[in-house]
Amino acid sequence: MNHETLLEVRDLTLALPGGGDRAHAVEALSFELAANEILCIVGESGSGKSMTAHALMGLLPRAVRPVGGEIRYRGRDVLTMSPAESRALRGGRIGMIFQEPMTALNPLVRVGRQIEEMLELHTELDRAARRTRVLELLEAVGLPNPPELARAYPFKLSGGQRQRVMIAIALAAEPDVLIADEPTTALDVTTQQQILELIGRLQTERGMGVIFITHDFGVVAEIADRVAVMRHGRIVEQGSADEVLNRPQHPYTRTLIAAVPHGLHHRDEPPPAGPPLLVAKDLRKTFRVGGGWLGGGREVRAADGISLEIRPGETVGLVGESGSGKSTLGRAIVGLMKPDAGQILFEGVDLLALKPNAFRPYRRHVQMVFQDPYASLNPRHTVGDIIAQGPVAFGEDRDKALARARELLGLVGLDASAAERFPHEFSGGQRQRISIARALALDPRLLIADEPVSALDVSVQAQVLALLETIRKRLELSMLFITHDLRIAARICDRVAVMQRGRIVELKTARELFENPEHPYTRTLLDAIPGRGWQVPDALVAAEAQRLAV
Amino acid sequence: MTAIIKLLAQRLGKALLILTAVVICNFFLVHATPGDPAAVMAGESGAADPAYMAQLREQFGLDRPLPVQLGTYLAKVAQGDLGYSHRQQKPVLELLLERLPATLAVTLTAFVLALALGVLAGVVAALNAGRWADTAVTVIALFAYATPIFWIGLMAVLLFSVQLGWLPAFGFETVGAGYSGLERLLDIGRHMVLPVLTLALFYLAVYARLTRASMLEVRDMDFVKTARAKGLTETAIVRRHVLRNALLPVITLAGIQAGHLIGGSIVVETVFAWPGLGRLTFDAVLGRDYPVLLGVFLFSSAMVIVLNMLTDVIYRLVDPRIEVPA
Amino acid sequence: MKSFWTTFSRNRGAVIGLAVLALVVLVALCADLLYPGSPWDMATAPFQPPLSEGFPLGSDLLGRDIAAGLAHGARVSLLIGLVSTAVALALGVSLGALAGYFGGAVDDAIMRVTEFFQTIPNFVLAVVLVAIFTPSIGSIVAAIAIVSWPPLARLARAEFLSLRSREFVQAAITSGQTHATIIFRQILPNSLSPIIVSGSLMVATAILLESSLSFLGLGDPNLMSWGFMIGAARTVIRQAWWMSFFPGVAILVTVLAINLIGEGLNDAMNPRLARARQ
Repeated sequence: MNHETLLEVRDLTLALPGGGDRAHAVEALSFELAANEILCIVGESGSGKSMTAHALMGLLPRAVRPVGGEIRYRGRDVLTMSPAESRALRGGRIGMIFQEPMTALNPLVRVGRQIEEMLELHTELDRAARRTRVLELLEAVGLPNPPELARAYPFKLSGGQRQRVMIAIALAAEPDVLIADEPTTALDVTTQQQILELIGRLQTERGMGVIFITHDFGVVAEIADRVAVMRHGRIVEQGSADEVLNRPQHPYTRTLIAAVPHGLHHRDEPPPAGPPLLVAKDLRKTFRVGGGWLGGGREVRAADGISLEIRPGETVGLVGESGSGKSTLGRAIVGLMKPDAGQILFEGVDLLALKPNAFRPYRRHVQMVFQDPYASLNPRHTVGDIIAQGPVAFGEDRDKALARARELLGLVGLDASAAERFPHEFSGGQRQRISIARALALDPRLLIADEPVSALDVSVQAQVLALLETIRKRLELSMLFITHDLRIAARICDRVAVMQRGRIVELKTARELFENPEHPYTRTLLDAIPGRGWQVPDALVAAEAQRLAV
Repeated sequence: MTAIIKLLAQRLGKALLILTAVVICNFFLVHATPGDPAAVMAGESGAADPAYMAQLREQFGLDRPLPVQLGTYLAKVAQGDLGYSHRQQKPVLELLLERLPATLAVTLTAFVLALALGVLAGVVAALNAGRWADTAVTVIALFAYATPIFWIGLMAVLLFSVQLGWLPAFGFETVGAGYSGLERLLDIGRHMVLPVLTLALFYLAVYARLTRASMLEVRDMDFVKTARAKGLTETAIVRRHVLRNALLPVITLAGIQAGHLIGGSIVVETVFAWPGLGRLTFDAVLGRDYPVLLGVFLFSSAMVIVLNMLTDVIYRLVDPRIEVPA
Repeated sequence: MKSFWTTFSRNRGAVIGLAVLALVVLVALCADLLYPGSPWDMATAPFQPPLSEGFPLGSDLLGRDIAAGLAHGARVSLLIGLVSTAVALALGVSLGALAGYFGGAVDDAIMRVTEFFQTIPNFVLAVVLVAIFTPSIGSIVAAIAIVSWPPLARLARAEFLSLRSREFVQAAITSGQTHATIIFRQILPNSLSPIIVSGSLMVATAILLESSLSFLGLGDPNLMSWGFMIGAARTVIRQAWWMSFFPGVAILVTVLAINLIGEGLNDAMNPRLARARQ
């Protein structure tokens, strides 16, 4: 097999504009890419991995300048070549796909045209040949009915389909190198799996070198031949996939890998007994998407007969892909959304039948932790205020509520002095801790956590999950844990419900669900977990457990 | 094509609703004034004639309950009876129709000109962001945006007619010149130049500013990055990917501002003694000729609706995403 | 607050605008001291050109001092600009806030009305309103406010709608806070920046509208205004350019200054956008 070196990066340093917290986006970066291999560049947010990808394409933002080192494509220096040469290389020899398929295509141009544009630019094909080629490409990336699809506008396509179109564009001119910048991060797991397979297949067929940027070690385990781990703009470790995944050397790599949610790692306690705290019975909700006030649009069933029980002290997971309706139940329980039909019984009282005034006391009992740590705290209020607002709304004395807020900050692992500061002074993980403190301020019985860690970096995810677990135990809370990630559900839940198109298709204990999935959809989901064939080294798991326990 | 016809049909229904609302609005305006509605309808200065007032009262059933009066009023308007201008001794509808073509000529020309040149200026500015061409467009737009339209008109008269003598200052055509055919058209055209430019300048500034901002915003979007990754030249990126997307908010704004443009034409026609609806409005204001004023309001609303439909069609041609309900 | 001033003062145009506006305000405040007596009184011979003895800007058709007219006109322009914007803001923001916060039928109803007012030609409506209710400072302010609120309502609605679905607002709902607390403590403070910027720009538009109305003879007959001065002088523009020139410059300078301040506010309040624009 051909293992000719395609890309060679030597001592690359990219300078950031002054005034930021870092002088360099990446520093003294060196790596190589050969034909017939997939190199994964892994890192958390701010590691400079995406900037590296953009530098290879000559797509750096204006403010970022290369100040040292070189990037060579088959020996030619990419950084110093003329604009025309650079354009021919870009798209012609190096293709790129991006993270957000929803916005990566021009909304006003037919899909076929957007692919054909590449052929006009980088090939000698005539019009008819180009048309044929477009259809072949759509076929090659596994899209149904290419002739119809070529005439469609992007808004008609799903995220996965758009990412396939992006791949078709990137591969149109048959490049040697494909750069994929987190191409599956915005997609559901099942779609992610399909796209990973597609990239893997096309890479093998065409003998390309692929640089795959990701933050997910599961994905790395799935496709990488070689791995480079980045942190704060530097490569801390690189080597073969086997070496890095199973025998990581650098402490940072070890922490990252240990933090990957893995297998069934769960407390073995007897399932809680007793009368259920909350019972949802046959909830139904239909949304209308699109259309005007005269009607029209498309109906989406967010809840199609959901029934579920949560017992005291139990954590129930609700797992599903986007559009499965997994958030519906949680939002209905806290009164953010009114179902069309069904009952929600909290200790036997139907919350949905209550008038707003009668419902209000129940708000105390059920609190929610939201997904986006950057949107869930009012930027204009101090942290103390944010936490105290709930109790104050329920008539608590303001000073007492503030004192309690400081205690709660301690409980979630922050300093009490955080109360005087504003949300923007905290990191994502810290903000999520504040959100948890806010939810606890009303002394709830049931905590609803709606994707509480999915916006966080892996290493932070593990910490927040550990905190939720500790608090749940200490305060004897029940929890409804909503997530798209089965690995995370496995880690924290007693029982897990799998949702698809507004229905719960399977509901059993976490252990049973993993060991004996019955519903085909559950199996699909389990199969789609990236890196399922890879076991996080035991030594690392033990070390991690120790670190979190401290 | 059929989609566009459907779109127009749908908009037409909405247009009728809006026009009805305008008529109702007019009705209540007449009745909201302190004093006798008949006096308002007759026009303050024109109608000291008690017999005429009595006739109006009877005709509109002014002694009957308000809803009945509204019904009568709506029915009359629907039949094309917009009242009678006592001052001008003519039915209002006739007056309006007489003046409409002149206003349409100025307004539509100015609209198209402002949109075309505004977009062009905005594009040039955005492509040269930070350089002299950008600064020039920005500064000119800033000034044009801050200058009262009637004053621009007057200053244009002062410069181009009084000082330089290039263009006629007032009127629709050279009175008594006896031109005909092409010569007459050219003469009218020469008279149109200043009013059109005056009216266009302000909106040109508006569209230029918006186009510039919109271009700069679109330039940072993901699909433009895709276009760069394809290896397209800057020119091709702008032409094929940035421009069309950047035009969408401009078209939307142009539709929304159509009403302002027609308001502007009133002032401009007053300055240039252009015999259109605007000039009619000014005379009606001077003479407190309310039926004419209300008629102008209705007519200009109709014009806005027509311009709105025009921009809807343009938008539809640019953006395939608008789905028309069947 | 400190960073607000640093960003604002970095915009040179905005600082100049602020200085110019301060000057106009000063002149308006001191009009009675600078030019005691009524600006309507004959002060000298008619048609005195600029730079005549004691009348640097000349006199008008009836021998009134143009400089005095400008000083007194500044009051009218600023007063009407500010008051009508305040009224339009109150009307537009409350309607938009209700529509955006409560959504559903309330939103539909309010937006229908807003759309109607946005479609009809606003200046024509203002003319009709002022003419029918007879020109006075009250009717002018009301007319300008009535035709100016729809964009503010749309803006406030869009802000409320987007903030309403933000997680911190949902958290406030789930923690039992009342509608009033949520609207005034959670949402409103976060939606103020764009509203303040639009409001400041609207003062400029209101001044332009007022000048157009008084140009057409629909100004308050008791108050000297810039638009009226131009309207009165337009028939003699061939003989006496200065009569319409100076009031026009006054309008231009004032409106320009306010627009520049508005842009500076925008830069200072939306720093991300400002950086993107450079």
